[in-house]
Amino acid sequence: MEPAPGTGATPPALEVRGLRTQFPGRAGVVRAVDGVSFSIRRGEILGLVGESGSGKSVTGFSILGLVEPPGRITAGQVLLEGRPINGLSGSALRRIRGAEVAMVFQDPLMTLNPVLRIGTQMAAAVRAHDRVSRAAAWARAEEALAVVGIPSPRARLESYPHQLSGGMRQRVAIATALLHRPKAIIADEPTTALDVSIQGQILAEVRRLADATGTAFLWITHDLAVVSSLADALCVMYAGRVVERGPASAVIAAPRHPYTVALVGSVPSGHAPGARLPQLAAGLPPQGPGGAADAGCLFRTRCPRATPVCATPPPEAGFGAGHTALCHHPAGTTA
Amino acid sequence: MLGFLLGRLAQAALVMLVMSVLVFLGVYAIGNPIDVLIDPAATPDMRAALIRQYGLDLPLWRQYGHFIGNVLSGDFGNSFVFRIPVLSLILSRLPATLELAVTAMLIATLLGVPLGIWAGYRPEARSSKVIMAGSVLGFSVPTFWVGLLLILFFSVEFRLLPSGGRGPVGPLGLSIWSAQGWTYLILPALNLSLFKLGLLIRLVRAGTEEVMGSEHVRFARAQGLPEWQVVGLHVLKNIGIPIVTVFGLEFGSTLAFAVVTETVFNWPGMGKLIIESITALDRPVMVAYLILVVLLFVVINLVVELTYGFLDPRVRLKGGA
Repeated sequence: MEPAPGTGATPPALEVRGLRTQFPGRAGVVRAVDGVSFSIRRGEILGLVGESGSGKSVTGFSILGLVEPPGRITAGQVLLEGRPINGLSGSALRRIRGAEVAMVFQDPLMTLNPVLRIGTQMAAAVRAHDRVSRAAAWARAEEALAVVGIPSPRARLESYPHQLSGGMRQRVAIATALLHRPKAIIADEPTTALDVSIQGQILAEVRRLADATGTAFLWITHDLAVVSSLADALCVMYAGRVVERGPASAVIAAPRHPYTVALVGSVPSGHAPGARLPQLAAGLPPQGPGGAADAGCLFRTRCPRATPVCATPPPEAGFGAGHTALCHHPAGTTA
Repeated sequence: MLGFLLGRLAQAALVMLVMSVLVFLGVYAIGNPIDVLIDPAATPDMRAALIRQYGLDLPLWRQYGHFIGNVLSGDFGNSFVFRIPVLSLILSRLPATLELAVTAMLIATLLGVPLGIWAGYRPEARSSKVIMAGSVLGFSVPTFWVGLLLILFFSVEFRLLPSGGRGPVGPLGLSIWSAQGWTYLILPALNLSLFKLGLLIRLVRAGTEEVMGSEHVRFARAQGLPEWQVVGLHVLKNIGIPIVTVFGLEFGSTLAFAVVTETVFNWPGMGKLIIESITALDRPVMVAYLILVVLLFVVINLVVELTYGFLDPRVRLKGGA
């Protein structure tokens, strides 16, 4: 479903403006996130897509101030319903984490503590924000498990993580994220470690939750196939920058940035069985061929459409309905 | 669980049997107790009578059989030197060593775990580096030397604490009931704890650093858990297994081999007893002591393994393994 366009009166559930996160490295500063902006409305699912090292996970951690030192946020704003939350003190930020913005991580086996009962961990999450008794916290946890479709939640609370399957564990993680009915959930590759059928169930569950609770989702993944069926809007990241954005259907159907074109082209479903999949030229998202301060298109070293003009800052080309790409030579135009 | 226990008990019995043979042979091989025990002026008849009385004329295997039979009925024989049953002799020294070892372990744990957690939680802080440097000293400086320094400072220089001996003994043969008892106990206990303190700090720090970098701590922080809870809930339970393992082994060796500290502080414990027995070639005491030490380690290891099951639900206790 396509949510109604924003009226302008209500601010988006979560908005990121010009976010920059840098890591000092031996060979100079690494710009992991380099001026990323996006906004997510209530009940909307925004897919943040990119390859390993594109900065998509660091973007997620930056929103909640969870970037591990020595990494730090050097510029930008994070707005929660119009209220800036970056730069808040540690304890103020802690009160937002889990309560107003929650996170779900990639590997459910790693994110749950193996030596603590599910109930103990979820109750701790409840009591991190609400002064309730232990019994009340367990009851809340039980309700949350039921919401994400876990059978006999009471018994599951007594279980340890290793007694649950991978899909179950990820449901527990999602239930934990839902405990305080957050305005936004940042999901960092939450289905990557799961097999395809479980993945499908979880995705359907998330879509249902977004529609039912109005929670905004930032869905971080490298898997375009996953978000194409789930997300309302897409942002494609490359080397710390958002290179293309727009409604998910438009970006998938008519990708404009050569990088997105290559990504969409490498999804198996669109090809004849047995046919060789198109491949992206090998290489890593660079720190810019001209060093960290390179203002040109960073994809130009791997791009089939690159010309000398690509060493200058790429313009934002618009294709209607909020679909834009940062490119000198977007696909579908005469280069 | 029951299978596990039975398997372990069978193993323990086997270990005890093998150890009893080794101990008996080893002790038999050193010196001739008759030369030490019997007045050189004794007549050959008296000599022969005494040898017969102690069973020293029998072949080795019969002596061993005799010994095992007695041990199984709780009789370790009489001390050659003290002329009283060995078991009651050792048990009379046990409370002194026990209170020394327990106090030392308490000092090491109550200081070592918090210091280690801090050093692992803030590895870059200056205080952490001081702690880690101190921990190296803790287990590299010789015990006797630290003991002498402690005596020099607290007893000789400032005259705060007695330099050795043990305070008045109260119920259960322990000296912890009076303040005076503690003045005698605290220095040797501190001395004995230093090595364990250094070890625990390093162990806890390594564990804490590992847990703090784990995904589940990141997840806990993303849920807004306060830092004290991240440490109290996630770190403490996850570092439990290595701590309990080392705690068990160290507790055993402290009980059995607190010799150096007991000698420096003239503490009337089991360590001093075994040294005296070796000097006097008091065979029954040596044999009984070593067998009891083996038993002690077997029991401690069993308790440690049972504790694993409580600390980590993934550990399945199975028989035979």
